[in-house]
Amino acid sequence: MVGIFQSWNIALSIFNLCLISAVMTMGANIQWGYAGLINFGIMGYTALGGLAAVLISVDPVQEAWRAGGFDILMSLWLIVVMVLVIRFILKRFRKSKIRTYSVAAIIIAGILLIRFSAEPGIEAIEAVDPAKTGFLGGFGLPIIFSWIVGALFAGGLAFIVGKVALGLRADYLAIATLLISEIVIAIIKHEDWLTRGVKNVIGLKRPAPYEVDLQTTDWFIKLVEKFNSGKLSVIDNLADRQAALNQLVIEGSSVFVKLCYSGLFLFVVIILLILTQKALYSPWGRMMRAIRDNEEAANAMGKNVVKQHLLIFILGSAIVGIAGAMLVTQDGLFTPGSYRPMRYTFLIWVMVIVGGSGNNFGAILGGFVVWFLWIEAAPISLFLINFFTAGIPETNALKAHLIESVPYFRFLLMGLGLLFIMRYRPKGILPEKIEIK
Amino acid sequence: MDFVNAIILLLNYIFIPALTYGSQLALGAIFVTLIYGILRFANFATGDMMSFGTMATILFTWYFQSLGVSLGVLPTALLAIPFGIIFMILYMLLIDKFVFKYYRFQKSPPVQFAMVSIGVMFVTQAVVRIIIGPGDRRFFDGEKFIIKAREFKEMTGLNEGLALKSTQVITIFVTVVLVSLLFWFLNRTKTGKSMKAYSDNEDLALLSGIDPKKIVLVTWIIAGILATIGGALYGLDKSFKPFTYFNNMLPIFAAAIVGGIGNPFGAFLGGYVIAFSEILLTYAYKKFFMYVLPESMEPNSLVQLLSTDYKFAVSFSILVIVLIYRPSGIFKGKVL
Repeated sequence: MVGIFQSWNIALSIFNLCLISAVMTMGANIQWGYAGLINFGIMGYTALGGLAAVLISVDPVQEAWRAGGFDILMSLWLIVVMVLVIRFILKRFRKSKIRTYSVAAIIIAGILLIRFSAEPGIEAIEAVDPAKTGFLGGFGLPIIFSWIVGALFAGGLAFIVGKVALGLRADYLAIATLLISEIVIAIIKHEDWLTRGVKNVIGLKRPAPYEVDLQTTDWFIKLVEKFNSGKLSVIDNLADRQAALNQLVIEGSSVFVKLCYSGLFLFVVIILLILTQKALYSPWGRMMRAIRDNEEAANAMGKNVVKQHLLIFILGSAIVGIAGAMLVTQDGLFTPGSYRPMRYTFLIWVMVIVGGSGNNFGAILGGFVVWFLWIEAAPISLFLINFFTAGIPETNALKAHLIESVPYFRFLLMGLGLLFIMRYRPKGILPEKIEIK
Repeated sequence: MDFVNAIILLLNYIFIPALTYGSQLALGAIFVTLIYGILRFANFATGDMMSFGTMATILFTWYFQSLGVSLGVLPTALLAIPFGIIFMILYMLLIDKFVFKYYRFQKSPPVQFAMVSIGVMFVTQAVVRIIIGPGDRRFFDGEKFIIKAREFKEMTGLNEGLALKSTQVITIFVTVVLVSLLFWFLNRTKTGKSMKAYSDNEDLALLSGIDPKKIVLVTWIIAGILATIGGALYGLDKSFKPFTYFNNMLPIFAAAIVGGIGNPFGAFLGGYVIAFSEILLTYAYKKFFMYVLPESMEPNSLVQLLSTDYKFAVSFSILVIVLIYRPSGIFKGKVL
């Protein structure tokens, strides 16, 4: 529809983001719909996925490694030693005040030590050509790998968060995860040696061909010619025809690139859908639902509730991590400043609730519907405002003010949508349905 | 002399700003805690409700300014706050009637309430941005400083100046008055006591003839007062921007939980705990040590424990630590 009204290019970019949103929603849906765990830290996992994309695909900056790599590796090693020592203490000594204090002392001393050992390295790295690099760079691998690595990163973070916070009651888990994701964003924003921070990383490698390359490739031009042969044959003049063809090739190339992305993303969505559906109807899925609906009963039946909660928390977060890496892949840039809880946590939750929690198709539908509305809310409300105020002259202050604030109607739309769904269809558009086979 | 200089330095850069910021957080935290204790849910719309109240105050301030009414040295906003409060309370009651009431009667689980409050958050955010726009606004007028840094230096002959902004004094003064009134109300009056009873045990309170409708109404009224004043004071001291208010929700939550959720006095202290730890941990102590230590021992680096970028992260880390080791908060609230 947008393809006809606006352009195919916009339609495809909305479609791609819909697919990414669908993946994120599936991740959140696994946690909330299957297990009843509330995770408001989606933003953090998305950002970690994005970080993975940067670390995997960017070429390593040799100079920076020479300047400060040693210090960084030393600090990494120190962190590992610290963790091991703490584990050793926790295992070998019985719980006592002395143990707690000594662990705290080790952590504080370790942090100070790491700061002192890493600082010269960090300064040296950030001084290496700060306008272009000023960070360590990555491994220079194809960016597709980052989708897996992003899942690993996010899963790793989820393991730590889950160990710490999963014992909390639902609404406190929500607040704790929200705050932890803010901490993650703060670290990504300000550790310039790793992520370039707010200076952003641009021009990441792509899994799809570049438009410029496509425009000079023979087979692509022939393809465009073939598609548009009807339109082109109307033009008689050879020069005009060539110009029209060039225009079409330029447009076609960007559509083609977006189609490549859509294909890749669709592949991921379908695989995840198959896996999650299988999981939902497996004995494991039944167990998760049992735990969700009655924790004590499941516990009494010998199911390890804590372990399963942790597992599903990791799985869901890993899927969100994949989505984060996909997002950075499609944008080709990593901007830590753009990770805001509104867009990456609460909007995803609206998708989960609206689509239908516990239902994977519902999650995908929610991702599509909500993202589409989120993008198209501004044009729609502009149209509505113009429609209802058609009688009022253009110079009217109220009308001008309304038209100026059109972008914010999307919040209104989302809020009202969420409230209405919660009130009149609390299980979402596609409610959870369990068939017993 | 150096020692006095050092003290003044700390007062100027740590103590007074932290006290001001802490007061603003404390008001918000009491708001969160009251809603949690009596209506039993975590209100994610906190920050945006505060920004709504501030917006109403700003609109009235502009109106008064256009009429030419002013309080002389004091900011006009003080005059506008009562009107802002009325608007805020009306808005809250409206939301309660159309949104929260239904779930209260359904006895929905707290998670559902939290989700609904996210819907309210979206709507409020939209309303505020549509009415006043997302930009940065300053609405402070009147005398800016009570003591200027330069005047202080001349007066005392010290090296370090002490600047005292009038907004800081207003904030601390208003907070002290408001909070004492609130505690008097909660501990001494019949309505306040019945609110406490309702918060402790709903069924028992209902049995002893406490009217739940009245409790809810009073709670929203107090919440409206706290939200508007807290928001307006923050806006006067810094500036009003809807996005900042949304972000402030997080340290406010941290303060409420650190103080022990459901416990207003804990929330009050929690605000200061968060504010002081944020500023103490991110302040660069170099100058302080230059005054205190003999010259040979002067530090070369900034002596900053954490860079200021991690200001928010500090309060969140405190919260996470408290949640893990003492889930009922430092001052014994409800167990989570």
